[in-house]
Amino acid sequence: MMSTEGRGLILDEKLLFERSQPGRIGYSIANLDVPAIAPDSSMTRDEIAGFPELSEVDVVRHYTRLSTWNYGVDSGFYPLGSCTMKYNPKVNEAVARFPGFTDIHPQTPEALNQGALELMYNLQRDLCEISGFPAMTLQPAAGAQGELAGMLMIHAWHEAKGQKRHKVIIPDTAHGTNPASSALAGYEVITVASDGILSKEAVAAVMDDDVAALMVTNPNTLGLFEADIREICDLVHERGGLVYSDGANLNAMMGISRPGDLGIDVMHFNLHKTFSTPHGGGGPGSGPVGVAEKLKPFLPVPVVIKNADGYKLEYNCPESIGRLKSFHGHFGILVRAYSYILSMGGDGLKRATELAVLNANYIRARLEGEYDLPNKQRSLHEVVFSEDGLQNECHTLDVAKRLIDYGFHPPTIYFPLVVHGALMIEPTETESKQMIDEFCDALLMIAEEAKTTPELLKQAPVRAKVKRLDEATAARKPVLRWELE
Amino acid sequence: MRYLPHTDVEVQQMLDQIGVSSIDELFSGIPENCRLNRPLDLPAAKSESETLSFLRGLAEQNSKTSDWDSFLGGGAYNHFIPSAIDQLVSRSEFYTAYTPYQPEISQGTLQAIFEFQTLICQLTGMDVANASMYDGASACAEAVLLTIRAGKKRNKVLLSQALPPQYRETVATYSRYLNVDLIDVPLQKGVTDQAELKSLLDDQVAAVVVGYPNYFGQMEDLAAIAELTHASGARLVAAVAEPLALALYKSPGELGADVVVGEGQSFGIPLSYGGPGIGFFAVHKKDMRVLPGRLVGETVDQDGQRGFVLTLATREQHIRREKATSNICSNQGMCILMVGIYLALHGKQGLRQLAELNYAKAGYAKDQIGQLDGFTVPYSGESFNEFVITCSEPVATLKKRLEQQGILAGISLGRDYPDLENGLLICVTEQNSREQIDRLVAALAGGES
Repeated sequence: MMSTEGRGLILDEKLLFERSQPGRIGYSIANLDVPAIAPDSSMTRDEIAGFPELSEVDVVRHYTRLSTWNYGVDSGFYPLGSCTMKYNPKVNEAVARFPGFTDIHPQTPEALNQGALELMYNLQRDLCEISGFPAMTLQPAAGAQGELAGMLMIHAWHEAKGQKRHKVIIPDTAHGTNPASSALAGYEVITVASDGILSKEAVAAVMDDDVAALMVTNPNTLGLFEADIREICDLVHERGGLVYSDGANLNAMMGISRPGDLGIDVMHFNLHKTFSTPHGGGGPGSGPVGVAEKLKPFLPVPVVIKNADGYKLEYNCPESIGRLKSFHGHFGILVRAYSYILSMGGDGLKRATELAVLNANYIRARLEGEYDLPNKQRSLHEVVFSEDGLQNECHTLDVAKRLIDYGFHPPTIYFPLVVHGALMIEPTETESKQMIDEFCDALLMIAEEAKTTPELLKQAPVRAKVKRLDEATAARKPVLRWELE
Repeated sequence: MRYLPHTDVEVQQMLDQIGVSSIDELFSGIPENCRLNRPLDLPAAKSESETLSFLRGLAEQNSKTSDWDSFLGGGAYNHFIPSAIDQLVSRSEFYTAYTPYQPEISQGTLQAIFEFQTLICQLTGMDVANASMYDGASACAEAVLLTIRAGKKRNKVLLSQALPPQYRETVATYSRYLNVDLIDVPLQKGVTDQAELKSLLDDQVAAVVVGYPNYFGQMEDLAAIAELTHASGARLVAAVAEPLALALYKSPGELGADVVVGEGQSFGIPLSYGGPGIGFFAVHKKDMRVLPGRLVGETVDQDGQRGFVLTLATREQHIRREKATSNICSNQGMCILMVGIYLALHGKQGLRQLAELNYAKAGYAKDQIGQLDGFTVPYSGESFNEFVITCSEPVATLKKRLEQQGILAGISLGRDYPDLENGLLICVTEQNSREQIDRLVAALAGGES
């Protein structure tokens, strides 16, 4: 029976396993040019039950159809707050596919891969200049792994000084990864209320000689620059602690302010945010970490160095926290980020920051009044509205889903936790005024619809592949794989 | 700049709407003592063609596997990548999307992850797989942490010495400040010594971790190790650095593993100097709620239509914060696609056939080298893709000598295994022709010429 579910170009596509036909093949394998031998039959398995059997055409069509159900930055505006969904330049994709970058084995002698090592060395140097830190590691696979690396280095530094400290202070506006990474590094988390901007007094009230570090995000998740950061760093240092800065929002600071100059001891980057590498449906990302001089001995291995013989990977670092993953970081992502820095130059990066902040403030100016803005301070690259004031029991979730019907990816919702029903909008610099105007028009119309025809919000989305999904049942009765019947 | 769409007129209109006179004014929240106040000292912006040619210059200084007779493995494997993969993963609806927080407009990514989870379960013989980890080594570290969480105050973890060294180092980094006691299990003939294992097991052991195949390419007797492990109430973690072996050998799930982790790079992901790859992570149903990482589940929409969502999020950092099962908040989405496409193309028959081809090639090389004077193949057990040889000639000299003949002979084992100071780990895949293998054998036999 032909399916009648598909509508127009919203094409149906079953699971791979449901498309499978016994005996169908989609592969081409080299001929056997050595004697055939068989492994010990007591150790071999039967065929892999349920594994698909498909032609190349089946597979190509399958994934092509799946792709059409996705919304990406190339589909349209994607103002997911805190995720910096800027345009992913195509030249980055082209260079990352050079065979001299993709077809190199990580265990090749260093002298034979000098180009790759030079690229990593240059990227370390450029990230140091952008952030103001004297040393850098490119090893961490993602921002969260960078946080772990940073917190482990802090722990190792205290340990080397013979200090046992047990706590880390984290403001209530922080990403969930901050407390999770601190816990992984062996610390207890002390949450401080920030009231928008973190005050020196709030830190002083909890800063004692059992606190290993303060972990802040600057600008914070409300888009506000932590104006007392220098004084706060001084305070923490005076009492023997270190300061970690989450670099998630570095897109608001390039060429304007450098965390390393402010007294911050360690910061991770998210190359997939600030440096335009693609988010890839969730990854791979890359989370380099910059550190102050005093933390340099603790950097994870290997470190890329340059000496008289050229570039090399240094493993002989006795105080290092060790290895975070196999090999040398997400090299393929590093290539893309470096390509971006080359394309932008220092002035271009600063201009990107300026326009990102302009875009966010323009959205704020257009929507303030119609949407509730809890924090009135001057904000930078993102703006966070609350759901207060929405009419007829309409909530943030409804606004987000209705935006889908208007052709936009919704902002981040319900984060940061300190804002009631948060709508966290980060436009980035790569969106034009026209695009932002269309988005603001849509949000203003949705606010109007909430007053007059709230069912349009409650039913939304109606123009996507599927309607609202039953997430409660998904969690209560988990179906996490296809099963052979 | 071509990525920045603003015209001067638009900038002015926007400033007017905001009610400020300049962009600088927007930064007034940044105190003067926090300003850089000088231009960034970076090279001037390059045009697209300059960027391409500069980076091509760096790429051309590297040694491509395809230009050498390469026998390097050790956790990164040179397998053929079908052309369809890059064509499909280049669809920017996939690669310019983020984590599927809004499922209605992310069904492509979500269904692809659901299929990936299923493929990993089928390969490993497990019930539940997550939406991936950074790589095999970090997945192995997270597996150790899972066993500690689930192990009711047990804090010892036994690591086979034949677990890949990079995995062991990563486990050590992750557990550095978590009061976990890591203990090495010695080897016997290239595999985990079961008598030693038995003597180390007690009621404080949360997990035993072994490679399958192990770092030397040897297939461990997982069933026997599982029996010993379970008898002491611990969990068995099997770490799979070369998952193609799972198309040929019994799955770790079938043999009694409680957690199966590994590296998926073999399945269609370029070597790319060692990253990105993809970690996989699979458990039995009983451990489903202590899993780290993202999970995709099936559900229905308001009209009863099938759809997929991120689920069981109450394990995760954005909800549980410091009490989360992990700090991870990403999945290797692009690599999930590569692996999914690779496995779908090869399917049930192709993957087995490819594994048999790899087995035969490595077997041929092992046999030929074993017959040479001055070389021994010390381990006689079943091996997949990789094997150890020991040489009478110093390994560094030998490698250098072969390098001059266009051969990357393998990985020196002396740094990680002092007992194998003259040991070399050789990897042979379907990418190595018989002629390449014969050249390797002849070059090894050539001695100091």
